[in-house]
Formats: sequence, C-alpha cells, structure tokens
Amino acid sequence: MRKAEILIIGAGPAGLGAAIEAAKLGAKVVLLDENEKAGGQLFKQIHKFFGSKQHYAGVRGFQIGEDLLKEASDLGVEVLLDARAVGMMDDGTVAVLHKEELIQIAAKKIVLATGARENAISFPGWTLPGVMTAGAAQTFSNVHGTLVGKNILMVGTGNVGLIVSYQLMQAGANVKGLVEVIPRVSGYGVHAGKIKRAGVPIWTSHTVIEARGKDRVEEAVIAQVDEKFQPIAGTERVIKVDTILLAVGLTPKVELAKMAGCALTVEPTLGGHLPYHNDEMRSTNANIYVCGDIAGVEEANTALDEGRLAGLSAARELGYGDDSVEEKKMELNAGLCALRMGTFGEKRLECKERIMKEWSW
Amino acid sequence: MSNSLIEKGYIEVEDVRNDSNYPSEERFKTGAVAIIECLQEIPCNPCKDACPYGAIVLEGLTIRPQLIEDKCIGCGLCIAKCPGQAIFVVDKSKEEGSVTFPYEYLPLPEKGMSVTAVNRAGEPVCEARVTKVVDSKKMNKTRLVTIAVPVELVDEVRFMKRVEAGE
Repeated sequence: MRKAEILIIGAGPAGLGAAIEAAKLGAKVVLLDENEKAGGQLFKQIHKFFGSKQHYAGVRGFQIGEDLLKEASDLGVEVLLDARAVGMMDDGTVAVLHKEELIQIAAKKIVLATGARENAISFPGWTLPGVMTAGAAQTFSNVHGTLVGKNILMVGTGNVGLIVSYQLMQAGANVKGLVEVIPRVSGYGVHAGKIKRAGVPIWTSHTVIEARGKDRVEEAVIAQVDEKFQPIAGTERVIKVDTILLAVGLTPKVELAKMAGCALTVEPTLGGHLPYHNDEMRSTNANIYVCGDIAGVEEANTALDEGRLAGLSAARELGYGDDSVEEKKMELNAGLCALRMGTFGEKRLECKERIMKEWSW
Repeated sequence: MSNSLIEKGYIEVEDVRNDSNYPSEERFKTGAVAIIECLQEIPCNPCKDACPYGAIVLEGLTIRPQLIEDKCIGCGLCIAKCPGQAIFVVDKSKEEGSVTFPYEYLPLPEKGMSVTAVNRAGEPVCEARVTKVVDSKKMNKTRLVTIAVPVELVDEVRFMKRVEAGE
C-alpha cells in the first residue's frame, strides 16, 4: 500500500493550491488526477482572468496553470496522473484506479478537490451528434485544437456560455447566437459586450426546444418563453447550425465526500448538493477537507484560495508550520470574502456563511 | 446600473455618457483619453496597476474603477490589461476622431486598411481606416487597434467588423 501524509484528489486550481501550501510547510503530499495532465480546467482557459494581483488577474488561465504546476513540482509534490479515486474505505484508505491498476493509498489527511460536472437539459433531438456541453467544446478547441462545429448555437449566458462563445469565435467558428431562458444576461456584462460588438445576437427569455437533423444537428429550433419558462407557441424560430452547446450550470462532484460520510447540504446558488465545511475547509469528517467547486461552484480564483486554505489547515493539523499559519489563513479568508463581494458575489458569500455557520463535527 | 447591459448584453451610449467615468468636454479637447466602460461591480483590479500615471483609482477589489482624467495621457496601457476588455481610448481633439480598442482575433488588421466601424451592439456605424496596430509582449496577445472615424461618431464606435482570413 502506498502512503501519503496528505492525499489530494483532483489537480485543478483548488488541488494545486492545497498541494503547494501543504508542501511548503513540509508535508509529504500526493496529488491525484484522473486526466493525463494536471491543471484541471485552467489549461482550457485562454482568456485573461479577473481578480487581484495575488489571484493572477490579467494573466491568461493556462499560463496560471503552468506557474502552479511548476511551483508544485519544485516543492516536490508527487503527482499521479491517469489516477481515478474510486472508493473511500472505512479505514481511511482510498482506492485508486491508476493506469488500469487498482491501488490503495493510505493518507492521514485527504483533500477532496474533485470539481464539478456540467449540467445538461434535454429536448427532442438532444441525442443527435452535435449537441454537447460548452465545456466539452472548449476542451476540443483549446486543448486538442479541434473545432466541434462551424455554426454554433449556445444555450446559456452565464460566464461559461459567454466565454466559450468568444473563444470559439477566436478559433474561427461562427456563433449564430445565444439563448438565455431568464430575461437577462446572467454572466458578466463585459463578457457579453465582447461578443455583442462582434455582432452576435443574444436572445434573452428564449430557449432551445428542438434539435433537427438526419445524422447530426442541421438546425436548432428556439422559442421565446413566458414568465414560467414555458415556450410561447408561434414564437419558434429555426436557426441553421451544426452544433448546439449547453452552458446551463455545473454540479459539484460530491460522490467521494458522500462515500466518506461527509454531511451534505443543498445550496442551489452554489450548484446543489455540497459538503458542509468550515472556514478552514474541513468537512464534517475530521480528516477530510474540501475545496474548489466541490465545496460550491465558483471561480478558479476562489478555488485556488480555498485550496490554499485546505492545504495549510491539513498540514498544520499534522504538526507542520507554526503560529504564522493562522495569520496566513486569515489573509486567505479575507481575500475570499473580497472575491465574493459585488452583484455577482454577494449571494455566494451569503451561502458560504450559512454553510460554515451550520457546520459542526 | 445599466438595464441595457443586463437585458441586451451591451451598454447604450447614453449610459456611457451619463457615467461618472465619462471624461469632461474640456478633457476631450486636450487629446486622447481613456473611457472605462466597467459598469458592474466585479472583483477585479488589474487596471489600477496597469496605469503608471496613477490615473485609475480603485479602492478595494469590487468597487468600480474611477478615472482621474487630468492624470490620463491616453497611452492605452490599461486596455490590454483589462480582462473584461472594457477600456477604450478615444481622441476627439482633432478634426478626425479616433477610437482604440482591444483586438484578440486573427488575422490582425493592418495599418491603412479600410474597415467597417461598429457600435457596442455590433451594428455598422461607418467606414473607417486603421491608423495603428500595437502588439507588444507585455500585452500578452491582446492587440490595440486604432481606427479613424468622424469625431461625432467616436462615442458610438467601439469595434470593427473582423478581418476575414485571406482578405
């Protein structure tokens, strides 16, 4: 059996943040990721990030990923790729499918940074080739250099829908428009502004009601919706597209947390079910920490700081570091609070405060 | 807060003119100046550090940036640093006006090229001429494109029809 002091599951921004901080304090860290490359969603992000200087604001996402990977590697973090955590055992060990071989890893502390998965909506024709999630199209385009289609309808105007639309246009696709079921654009106005001035229509109070085509998507039918989000007869419109992308939210990946007996709560603003945690990212299981999208769907910069908090807390619990760690944790919490201000953040802040207030173990 | 931005995805020119960041007529007369079209409170502040002249003030992280118009020299360093691509530099001081905006598509326009200037909604406004394309390592692949347009259309124009491959 392999042994680690701190085992981190998921090497996106949260997992990398946790690995870096724990390793800096001297803990022996093993970082797992089910993909062939670490970095999570960062390597798909070719746009410049928001935030402050300490959150790499103004730097493109993939460049942040490169910096973090280098830092983790310089600190001696052991990274296992193609390694999928499949089971949390009662004795605290984790079953991992590593390159098709089942291995067991025993760890004193476990950090779950498993991220989130994309939601989908169903409609007639949604199983046709050419209907997929926005994140999938972004992976094809920005990681593998392949455009999934030439003429695209985007469903959803959250930041994912807006950013992926822009990036696919940069890659040479023709985004025919975006539909949004609510009466307003839900992501940042500045992201919408970029695609609007490039001449792309945004149809608010609209949804996709059908995908048509013989062997793949050839057209999409959209319609206006009423205040109960039901399509209004007579408002249907046919858009010639070969691809329909769904950017309709994300759900935290909580399976491992559930298996380990972490108590869950529900916060729709943060994506649905998620593990209770306190302000040092500890779950209701004393040895398990959660950070990033599993602890509530937010942004890469919040994930990174939550990861740093989890890494510091887990290493401190194991006796690493000194009293100055508390100060660092306070700074990180203040930074997280700042990232959750303003029109887009205050609801998330309210949810996080509620979760932490209700946390106990 | 701009309703147009939330409902349609872009800011109406009146909202920009009524915003506290819209430079004064006196300032416009003295030369190029930045217009910060950042109307929502989002946690973001790199514009502040981008300006070597201290012309962008931003308290905390989520408060909107404010332009100190007399300190701004219209250099455009803030344009490429803004992750929201929400800063423009305009010049209304000469007979012919100009608008500088961030551009992240390929192929790049070239100096002297005739293009179609568009407004914030992507609608054609007028024909324009590319007068400058700035690409520096520091800007990390966000290029600054300047186009010449009639002075009275400077507030409307915010982008151009993209250059098609092979054009």
